[in-house]
Amino acid sequence: MDYSPLWLSLKVALLATIFTFILGILAAWLTVKLKRGKGIVDGLFTLPLVLPPTIVGFFLLVIFGKNSFIGEFLSEIGAPVVFTWVGAVIASTVVAFPLMYRTARGAFEQLDENLLSAGRTLGMKERTLFLKIMLPNSIPSIMAGAVLAFARALGEFGATIMLAGNIPGRTQTVSVAIYTAVQAGNWDLAYRWMFIIVVISFVTILAMNAWTRYAARFRRESKRLWR
Amino acid sequence: MKKGLSVIFVLCMLLTLIGCSAPSPETPLATAAETSEQSAGAGEPVELTIAAAASLTDVTAEIAEAYKTVAPNVTLTFTYGSSGSLQTQIEQGAPVDIFMSAAQKQMNALQEQSLLLDSSRINLLENKVVLIVPVDSELGLTSFKELASEDVRTMAMGDPASVPAGQYAEEVLMSLGIKEDVESKANFGTDVRQVLTWVESGEVDAGIVYATDAATTDKISVICEAPSDSVKQIVYPVAILKESKQSETAQAFIDFLKTDECAALFEKYGFDMAK
Repeated sequence: MDYSPLWLSLKVALLATIFTFILGILAAWLTVKLKRGKGIVDGLFTLPLVLPPTIVGFFLLVIFGKNSFIGEFLSEIGAPVVFTWVGAVIASTVVAFPLMYRTARGAFEQLDENLLSAGRTLGMKERTLFLKIMLPNSIPSIMAGAVLAFARALGEFGATIMLAGNIPGRTQTVSVAIYTAVQAGNWDLAYRWMFIIVVISFVTILAMNAWTRYAARFRRESKRLWR
Repeated sequence: MKKGLSVIFVLCMLLTLIGCSAPSPETPLATAAETSEQSAGAGEPVELTIAAAASLTDVTAEIAEAYKTVAPNVTLTFTYGSSGSLQTQIEQGAPVDIFMSAAQKQMNALQEQSLLLDSSRINLLENKVVLIVPVDSELGLTSFKELASEDVRTMAMGDPASVPAGQYAEEVLMSLGIKEDVESKANFGTDVRQVLTWVESGEVDAGIVYATDAATTDKISVICEAPSDSVKQIVYPVAILKESKQSETAQAFIDFLKTDECAALFEKYGFDMAK
């Protein structure tokens, strides 16, 4: 059995999680600060969650395909995206993004407004406020968002096969390998991949839950020390 | 504010993308393009990217293996998907040299947009619609017509509304004049693989699938092919894309697909060579 889809899936999901982590938190922060047009921006950021992944993949294909300005530019500098593993990272990032963004935004909005006001009275700039108060107080939610994003990126199929294709050994992730195995009537292989991906997803979520519990206890105890 | 925000966001995204793609050692298709430019003469390494219908996955893997001895300098890179999504990818400029479609419709669409090297287009393979039963079936079916008999309580076929195999099946039933009788006891699968699974597990008495699907399993028996005048030919066309920078190498591969060596492989997987 060729394990390359597994390594590729892990690489793609990890990178996609890192990107969505940064982008999702930034997007959430900027949206929370918005005074007007929140609804529209929020709708745009959530769109990849609502759209069928194949449609997301189609949009990405149009954006990064050779017929577009961006696609032409990228292929000229020798970094084409269509049919490469980078395409898989982009597809997973975009599809997983709303999960990170939504969770982070929810956490920011539920923060105690008094904490922020207190920070402002001490002359904190908005950026310091974000780094020193908003982020540290939202860590459990943000980590939960990251787990969701990772799980979603790991299972990504529709947008990935559209943008990155299905090239065994290069852009074939586990989800795509399962699809191919089923199409070819190779149920043994499909079941084996399914088992592997279920185990990985399950372990990730268990580990994250354990970490969140530990973090919550740590926070409680440090609060007690302060008193 | 809204505008500023989205600009920042797009910039962020682009920066991370470039940061992610530029220093990476493996940008396979870029290197493939470079090697193709250098390879003017034969014998130098060339890479062909072939977009093939998902139903060709297994057979093309064997063909690629066989081609290594014929042309060791040529690397065949296959990408698999449904013919429709491969068509979309090609239309959007995916770097493909050869397209192997499971139906004429997608190939015609590309030809109409003048994306094909017209002279290279051939009908390579034929698939058949077949009637199958579980291997331990005791009904003793011998033809499609008998699907209408009361002995057959349930049968399975692809949903004619969305599954090509189901449309072909319906066409056969219609031409035999037994469409209503049979469809009243039919389970519609969302794809042809589902139909195969139902028949394999004995959940239905009979099913209609492609000969290529039937060839993947020994848990079913094939009763017969659909009468040739009852259904349109199911043809797999192949063509080189106009965008291909290595059309000669691509043509050599297509010629190889027509040899007896490949015909034997195709037949092993249930295909017939197109006449």
